[in-house]
Amino acid sequence: MAHGPKKDQMHLKYESQLREPLVYGDKNYHQVTEDIVRPIEAKPTKLWYIGFYISVALLLFGVYSVYREVTYGIGQWNLNKTIGWGWDITNFVWWVGIGHAGTLISAILLLFRQGWRTGVNRAAEAMTIFAVMCAGQFPIFHMGRVWMAFFVLPYPNTRGPLWVNFNSPLLWDVFAISTYFTVSLLFWYSGLIPDFATVRDRAFTKLRKRLYGIASFGWTGSTKHWQRHESLSLVLAGLSTPLVLSVHTIVSFDFATSVIPGWHTTIFPPYFVAGAIFSGFAMVQTLMVIVRKVFGMEDYITMGHIEAMNKVIVLTGSIVGVAYLTELFMGWYSQNKYEGYTFWYSRAYLFSPYGWSYWGMMACNVLSPQIFWFRKMRRNLFVTFFMSIIVNIGMWFERFVIIVTSLYRDYLPSSWSVYYSPTIWEIGFYAGTFGLFFTCFFLFAKYFPVIAIAEIKYVLKTTGEGYKNKMGNIEEQKLEEFVHEQAHH
Amino acid sequence: MAKKKFVVGCFDDEAVLFPAVKKVRTSGYKIHDVYTPFAVHGLDHALGLRETSLHTAGFIYGITGTTTALSCISWIFTRDWPLNIGGKPHFALPAWVPIMFELTVLFAAVGMVLTFCYLCQLAPFVKKHHFHARATDDLFVMVIECTDKTNVDDLKAFLSSNGAVETDVQVAEEGWWLGRYDKDEMMFENKEIVAA
Repeated sequence: MAHGPKKDQMHLKYESQLREPLVYGDKNYHQVTEDIVRPIEAKPTKLWYIGFYISVALLLFGVYSVYREVTYGIGQWNLNKTIGWGWDITNFVWWVGIGHAGTLISAILLLFRQGWRTGVNRAAEAMTIFAVMCAGQFPIFHMGRVWMAFFVLPYPNTRGPLWVNFNSPLLWDVFAISTYFTVSLLFWYSGLIPDFATVRDRAFTKLRKRLYGIASFGWTGSTKHWQRHESLSLVLAGLSTPLVLSVHTIVSFDFATSVIPGWHTTIFPPYFVAGAIFSGFAMVQTLMVIVRKVFGMEDYITMGHIEAMNKVIVLTGSIVGVAYLTELFMGWYSQNKYEGYTFWYSRAYLFSPYGWSYWGMMACNVLSPQIFWFRKMRRNLFVTFFMSIIVNIGMWFERFVIIVTSLYRDYLPSSWSVYYSPTIWEIGFYAGTFGLFFTCFFLFAKYFPVIAIAEIKYVLKTTGEGYKNKMGNIEEQKLEEFVHEQAHH
Repeated sequence: MAKKKFVVGCFDDEAVLFPAVKKVRTSGYKIHDVYTPFAVHGLDHALGLRETSLHTAGFIYGITGTTTALSCISWIFTRDWPLNIGGKPHFALPAWVPIMFELTVLFAAVGMVLTFCYLCQLAPFVKKHHFHARATDDLFVMVIECTDKTNVDDLKAFLSSNGAVETDVQVAEEGWWLGRYDKDEMMFENKEIVAA
């Protein structure tokens, strides 16, 4: 030790003590591994089993609902001539929106150097992947003859070949969603490889060693591999950033390129993206509040993390609110009577058939998140959890409002539809995707490291509480000493 | 199957590792690799590794995706089967931008991940020699390749004097082979762990 510098004085990076620690407790690298791998090595709790079985039951109900739809046709749902999109597409847009937070956290926050993303990115990315899996079910089964779903892919066929319409937003959606799913999956899994290796190397049963050995791809932790891994993560983050914005933009094109009153608006892309981030963060909050409690991860998913996400929620919620008001204003200002009718009667008039859904949306998405302007509320777990549910109910209403209130009364009164309410199989399909989502999430929480171990270790010495407490004397150093010690070797 | 002899020095702090890497290299030893539990920034430069070109590969995959989308769609819509869509031009470039963008991202991401796996020789069922099981937990494991002239005991003492907490000598296979991890040593005993 005589030749090297003293351990306690050596920091690769300095961070002000004024900043809240991202990792609480005086932890070392080994303790981080212990804390995060513990749920994988421990037997699942009773709570886990209860949650898992409820999810599987929901999933099975969903499978049966879909079976009915596939066997007897789309008449199992209450869609009609005017309302051709109902719960199914509402749910599709809702799930895709939720699927935006994970990649936003892992990609955009990586590029913005937001250190707090490390605590929540793994679970948020997993949530993204599961949400996109759920979303994909709806347009596929909405096709009716689902066995012909591959017709949406451009391949040389014996029907001409009659190609798909590359000018159609519906086809752009096929490309956007499948690309988004693939890239998110690759991003997530490439981050998991080193952590699987950590689990593998400390496994104490043969089966676990073998399975995590397969999953970790033979990762050793070589410096060259880490260098490439860093490069890969950075470029994937750079690619995912415009990707995540493009996906909901393209989903919004499904509506915005049509000539349906209420859909035909140029504000849709930014408004949909903000809404997607809004609902995605709400879902991350719902899951994180549970995960940190159930697995005892309070030291890693701190109140600081919860507060940061609540700030994003109040920001994006307000953006969405501005978009609602802009639409309403344009409904009047354009002096287009169809737009005016849709916005001011079908939506904003409380006693119109679906007026309740518009005001439900306004209350949940615009008014209630304003509570997060107060620090006390942002750091209150109960309020956070409650609000995260409210926001997702509101965002479901938003998609329902957009789809149903625009469709049920269009240009000709003769084609106005009767009141639309879903059948049990439509609801069952939606419930089934909840089953799928939570089944996947429970399995993930049990068998995968829910927090990125290697990334936490990387930020530990700058943002860990134990290390931060020692940084006080650094501030008293002379500048030359400081520069000398902070310099890279 | 070329087996080689290595001297292994384990460090428990990257702050000690950096000067040690410098010392070992200036003393003329050839560092085979350093295995770390996370990406230690600057270590690649300290080891004298060149920058990776993976991002360049990613760029090439990306423009391949763009050109694939553009050439396929324009051939299909102007030559193979021109569709009259509302009397609009067959070559409808603005409408193709979304798909061109998506394929750019898709090709770049998939290509880069596959290249990454190929370069690092990572795949399911691949097994490599691990110099220390705690290299993925909390140890920074420096591995030095021995030549005929290497005095193993001197080198071990040298590593210890530079802060290595553990040293040993291993004869190991350099490359990878197909295998499983179930015969590896178990670092931990099978004790009942209670979830918090």
